[in-house]
Amino acid sequence: MHGKALPYLLLTPATLFLCVFFLFPFALVAFEAFTRDGGFTLDNFRTMAGSWKFPVTVRNTLLLSAVVVPIQLVMALLMATMVSRLETGRSAALYIFAIPLGISDLAAGLIWLAIFDQSGFLNTLLSNLGVIDRPVMFLGYQSKLTIFIAVALAEIWRATAIMMVILVAGMGLIPREYYEAAEVFGASPWKRFIKITLPLLRPSLQTAIILRVILAFEVFAVVAALGGTNLPVLMGETYNWQFTLQDRNVAAAMALFILAISIGFTLFFLRVLRVPKEARI
Amino acid sequence: MAEIAIKQVAKRFGSFTALHSIDLTIADQEFMVLLGASGCGKTTLLRIVAGLETPSQGEVWIGGRRVDHLPPRERGIAMVFQNYAVFPHLTVFENIAFGLRMKKLPQQEVEGRVNRTAELMHIEQLLKRYSGQLSGGQRQRVAVARALAMEPDVILMDEPLSNLDALLRLEMRAELKGVLAASKTTTIYVTHDQVEAMSLADRIAVMHQGHIVQAASPVEVYRNPAARFVGSFIGNPPMNFIPAAKAADGSWTVAGLTLPGPKSDKQTIEFAIRPEDVDAGTEGLHATVRVVEPLGPHTLVTCDVEGGLFRAILESNVTVAVGDHLRLLPKPDRIRWFDPETTNAL
Repeated sequence: MHGKALPYLLLTPATLFLCVFFLFPFALVAFEAFTRDGGFTLDNFRTMAGSWKFPVTVRNTLLLSAVVVPIQLVMALLMATMVSRLETGRSAALYIFAIPLGISDLAAGLIWLAIFDQSGFLNTLLSNLGVIDRPVMFLGYQSKLTIFIAVALAEIWRATAIMMVILVAGMGLIPREYYEAAEVFGASPWKRFIKITLPLLRPSLQTAIILRVILAFEVFAVVAALGGTNLPVLMGETYNWQFTLQDRNVAAAMALFILAISIGFTLFFLRVLRVPKEARI
Repeated sequence: MAEIAIKQVAKRFGSFTALHSIDLTIADQEFMVLLGASGCGKTTLLRIVAGLETPSQGEVWIGGRRVDHLPPRERGIAMVFQNYAVFPHLTVFENIAFGLRMKKLPQQEVEGRVNRTAELMHIEQLLKRYSGQLSGGQRQRVAVARALAMEPDVILMDEPLSNLDALLRLEMRAELKGVLAASKTTTIYVTHDQVEAMSLADRIAVMHQGHIVQAASPVEVYRNPAARFVGSFIGNPPMNFIPAAKAADGSWTVAGLTLPGPKSDKQTIEFAIRPEDVDAGTEGLHATVRVVEPLGPHTLVTCDVEGGLFRAILESNVTVAVGDHLRLLPKPDRIRWFDPETTNAL
């Protein structure tokens, strides 16, 4: 066999798989988003943007991401630093931190629902402590803020570990000599974190942030469990168009819209956290 | 003034003792080389002085100040690492300036010092580059410049030349010696390369299995090894050792030759001589030639003496062939004697 052809031949099955099960459906969705009754049109996007719920969902989703991702980033950095410093029990700590990763987002939503529900743990605890006389409705339609906080908490609880795992791996790649050099040349632990860890962790930070931001734009099940329709988000609205309003063309347009902002933010973080080739480890 | 005093420093890793109660004083502006094979504890000792390792016991004093409880940044030291540890995300300029920025020196002072040390190390044209764009030798220069820019009392060097190729190492060695002498710092330099140690050091501390076997000037260490290990470790080829049997009080028989030696109660001790300190002649040690290696300026002859290997460096005009029987006469003032049990010099 010709040597040059072999790599391409070996790549063929995976490429075919991607084409059939990813690119083709994607093309279909894109096609649906731009057509209605057989003709090319931008009406679907107009309908989508014209709905009164659209600005609310965009705002909720972006706000949720803007609150959740920075908190997760800080927590993940803290956790990763602690785990990296451990000499014994390091993998045990990693596993424990990573437990929420093994739980599906809907299950995570239900766990937090069990806490915040009218007959949930929090109400029971508060009434047993004598703080409240009767159960409080934390997740009612009037209390959007508490719903928002509950969703943010559930998201932080559920998905911080994925960032931590990426950052722990990244920290492991930084040679210890750099820290020792920084220490000898006068850097305090905080300065070492700022001047050595953060800049050298940039590639991992990039991966972790992009992954988390995209997942944050796709938040759905946790919101559905905790807020129902009281906290509309982009994914929930897409679901709504597809199944409740039975308009697959507008749903496809929504899907493309989410894809567009995901790509936009990905490019943004690729650019901002770029490491010049000559400055890599 | 930065005299370094290491007092009864020991380091244990679990049940393994890396350093046994080390005592060593390094004078102000002295160039001290810690020399030993890998695993002898020399790097551990250096890292204890740096503060990167905590001693299990003992004290470290720098410039009359006890520092063993202080973090490295408060010890007034600078260090050059074996793998250079030039920060990849900073330019050469910022690498050299790193310590100065941590000290919060004014920008003008930082620029002045960086430019001065960069010039000294001949890297002024590289200041805008990143570590990834430098060769090993250039990185080494950056690492040294970074240490010198601190104008420290003490510079610690951990095998700084071991990752360079042979030619570059020779060049850097001579340069380092000049630069460090001019900087008037006290230097501790760790190496396993005896030639490097001999050429750089004011004093060499030879380390073996967590002990300092001898700390003395290079010539003293070479001429008068305090223990058998020093003689066998330093010198290429190393010292020759032959068992000596008692002939009379203060007189010993070595391979058919009776020599005056130390008085001892022991029946056998060890005779030692450097390969270059023997002459081929009509009398002397009985030797059978095994290998002849003409090296140009002299000829290295490997012989069999009393069933053991014996190396002699002879004048290149001496003609010898494999199988010849030689008589090798040791120079009397160069003969050394060792106690076979304690391995110390007698």
